[in-house]
Amino acid sequence: MTSIPVPGESARPVATDAGERNYLTAGRGLASWLFTVDHKRIAILYMIGICSTFMLGGIFAMLVRIEHWSPGATITDSGETYNRWFTLHGAIMTFLVLVPSIPAILGNFALPLMLGAKDVAFPRLNLLSFYLWLIGAVGFVCVLFLGGIDTGWTFYTPYSTTTATKVGLAGLGAFILGFSSILTGVNFLVTIHKMRHPGMGWFKMPLFLWSLYATAIIQIVATPVVGITLLLLVVERTMGLGIFDPALGGDPVLFQHFFWFYSHPVVYVMILPGMGIISELISIYSRKHIFGYSFIAWSSIAIALFGFLVWGHHLFVSTQSAVMSTIFSLLTFSVSIPSAIKVFNWLATMYRGSIRLTTPMIYALSFLFLFGIGGLTGLFLGTLSVDMHLHDTYFIVAHFHYTMMGSTLIALIGGIHHWWPKMFGRMYNEAVGRLAAVLTFVGFNATFIPQFLMGSRGMPRRYYNYPLEFEFLHRASTVGSFILALGLFMAAYNLIASLFHGKKVPDNPCGGASLEWQTTSPPHLHNFEKPPVLTDPYDMEDLYWDEETGGYRSRSVEGASGGS
Amino acid sequence: MLSALTSLAAQQGRSFWMPTQGSTFAPEVDGVFQFIFWLSVFFFVIIIGLMTVFVIRYRRRPGIEADNSITHNTKLEVFWTVVPSLLVLVIFYLGFRGYIRARTVPGDTYQINVLGKKWVWSFTYPNGFSTNELHVPLGRPVSLTMTSDDVIHSLWIPAFRIKMDVVPGRYSKLWFVATEKGEFPILCTEYCGTGHSDMLTKVVVHEPSDFMKWMDEAGNQYEGMNPAEAGEKVFKKYGCFACHTLDGKDHPIGPTLKGLWGKMETLSDGKKVLVDENYIRESILDPQAKIVKGRTPSMTVFKGMIKDEEITFLIELIKSLKD
Repeated sequence: MTSIPVPGESARPVATDAGERNYLTAGRGLASWLFTVDHKRIAILYMIGICSTFMLGGIFAMLVRIEHWSPGATITDSGETYNRWFTLHGAIMTFLVLVPSIPAILGNFALPLMLGAKDVAFPRLNLLSFYLWLIGAVGFVCVLFLGGIDTGWTFYTPYSTTTATKVGLAGLGAFILGFSSILTGVNFLVTIHKMRHPGMGWFKMPLFLWSLYATAIIQIVATPVVGITLLLLVVERTMGLGIFDPALGGDPVLFQHFFWFYSHPVVYVMILPGMGIISELISIYSRKHIFGYSFIAWSSIAIALFGFLVWGHHLFVSTQSAVMSTIFSLLTFSVSIPSAIKVFNWLATMYRGSIRLTTPMIYALSFLFLFGIGGLTGLFLGTLSVDMHLHDTYFIVAHFHYTMMGSTLIALIGGIHHWWPKMFGRMYNEAVGRLAAVLTFVGFNATFIPQFLMGSRGMPRRYYNYPLEFEFLHRASTVGSFILALGLFMAAYNLIASLFHGKKVPDNPCGGASLEWQTTSPPHLHNFEKPPVLTDPYDMEDLYWDEETGGYRSRSVEGASGGS
Repeated sequence: MLSALTSLAAQQGRSFWMPTQGSTFAPEVDGVFQFIFWLSVFFFVIIIGLMTVFVIRYRRRPGIEADNSITHNTKLEVFWTVVPSLLVLVIFYLGFRGYIRARTVPGDTYQINVLGKKWVWSFTYPNGFSTNELHVPLGRPVSLTMTSDDVIHSLWIPAFRIKMDVVPGRYSKLWFVATEKGEFPILCTEYCGTGHSDMLTKVVVHEPSDFMKWMDEAGNQYEGMNPAEAGEKVFKKYGCFACHTLDGKDHPIGPTLKGLWGKMETLSDGKKVLVDENYIRESILDPQAKIVKGRTPSMTVFKGMIKDEEITFLIELIKSLKD
């Protein structure tokens, strides 16, 4: 910790000689990774795991899209096979990819660093979360090899209690995954409460942490409900207890209430951290202080709270009473306001900025576009009479792909690009990165815009077969999905190639003002070699570009070390 | 069946986003849809327009720094919180008005009972007569009282802009006034398994006088037909085509009826059975009793749904399709 002042040089040694002691090289061998309690290594374990399951879910998506090239049989002549494909696509993407994605990968990596902490509050619990996720993932792969499931990811009763496919195992898998999610939430919540840098008040935190905090609340409160619901489902299947099946005296719509009580808030578990990332990216790549910090922070909390009160909008045509539907519709519109606030604040942040279209910034702008469509099409579905027509059609399929994939996953990929140099100390190829981002954007829109049109014109979701009039739109969508897949593979290739050929980067290559940019790239095993200097996470004027190292430097950090 | 529905839809004029307007609800729903659509376009253009302008105008240039004096503006933020709040309240009200109308069944409707079963619809009229296609009179309020025999289904008539789940163990209701003569698709929109996407039929809207005529004729629907022809009508009426074919092509769910008569089938327990009158009768009324090797027990149980006379017609149809 002793610093030897060198004239014309900052007190801290430059990145390159930190290579010996960084978290990637601090321990060697497989065991040092499998039994690590370092939040940064756990983040990387998650990244490998989640990217693998994302690929698996993506394969099923492509099978579904290829099957729809023409009505009736294209690559399978069996509706049963098709039903397994779309179910596995949905279940894998939701439970294994989207729910953990941003908190588990980027939250785990960046949260302690942004707080100026050494690790999360419960590092061993963090590793346990990862292994629970892994057990859940293995469970799903077993389901796959034991013949799959055909219930849709929503497991609606009484179909799910009467089908012969492996619902029990999948339910148990999702149950275990729930624990992984709860434990991550608890860990983050405690870490944010107890381990902030001395002097870092709540409103001095980066907005990404506010969004992770709001997410943690939902994870802890909502997840137990779906856990118990899936357990009840398994109990009904195995012991014939009549809870949901009317043939046994149960109520099938009760299941839908239980299920959406979790599964609606959980879409905010997916989107909130994404919004947090966008707040960071837009500010940093516009070199501007975030606009309306407290409105953005409070809007995250508002979304988390309102998100609990809107589940009934999935049940407008379920035979739910008209009075309840009315109340749920009204509450549903309340949740659109905090999202709108965020969008306007991001725009205002760009105003009079100094904007550079780096790869992460292109993802952030894509997010604004895609989330704009995802959010606005939500208005149609929250509207009672219009939802009566659009419910369970391709319109809704397109809507939730815009919010869950177009927003959450785009934010995740943008965030991975943003923190990648910090994670691995190397820079990816910027030109390839930008091209991949643009391809992903184009492919995504080409895939899902035709689906809006199909839906309102009369194409129901989860259909193996379809009327010939929709063939053209289905084909457009399928072509789009190939462009999308190409963009994603290109981004993955670019990132992986950078590990071998990427240029080494200094501590702060992209100009972030939050604390993680004060440590070396990649960070030291214990995060900071010397205590970070507390700065405003959006004070871009504190940073200046240093030609010599090819990165940004902080005036207050240098002032602090110069003075000591 | 699918191509029939397709050509139906193609015949009718319709807007870019929506199918033909076939009921009194349709113009109202479409109006609200258009209102939200143009409002969304307005906001989307503003957001993406500003974003594009900012990216170009404030692109990074040497010597020009970002203006970091702006960090918040409470008035502006209150403005863009309050305005969207008011607008969504308007949208809520418009949707609420239409929805309550669609869910409040008036007293003087023509009542039809609907039964959903994997993967056929059955519509029963006040006189006890039932069909696989829904026939309704033009301009008169019609209500559907719906229930399911197995899992949850959902009845959607896109041209009428109405949809409601069909749930086992309870009754759900829909009503409408058809305003357009012709045939419109009916689809199942709650996922119900293997044949979900084939659980299709149509609603036929008649002039009121034609409707009465249809009802009279439908009452003696098999008059003047030979038994095999009548059998083909029964085959259509109960939606057998969802899982069986008559032309010898194998269907993934059920066997073709062509060449079935007199065949020796091997059952899943290894026993053999001859396809004769009794076997066919049992297979219709209690399909799970004998499962042919390689098939799954997925056929609808028709006990209580089909008349004895109709079974006889079906047997005659199968006989006539002998190779």
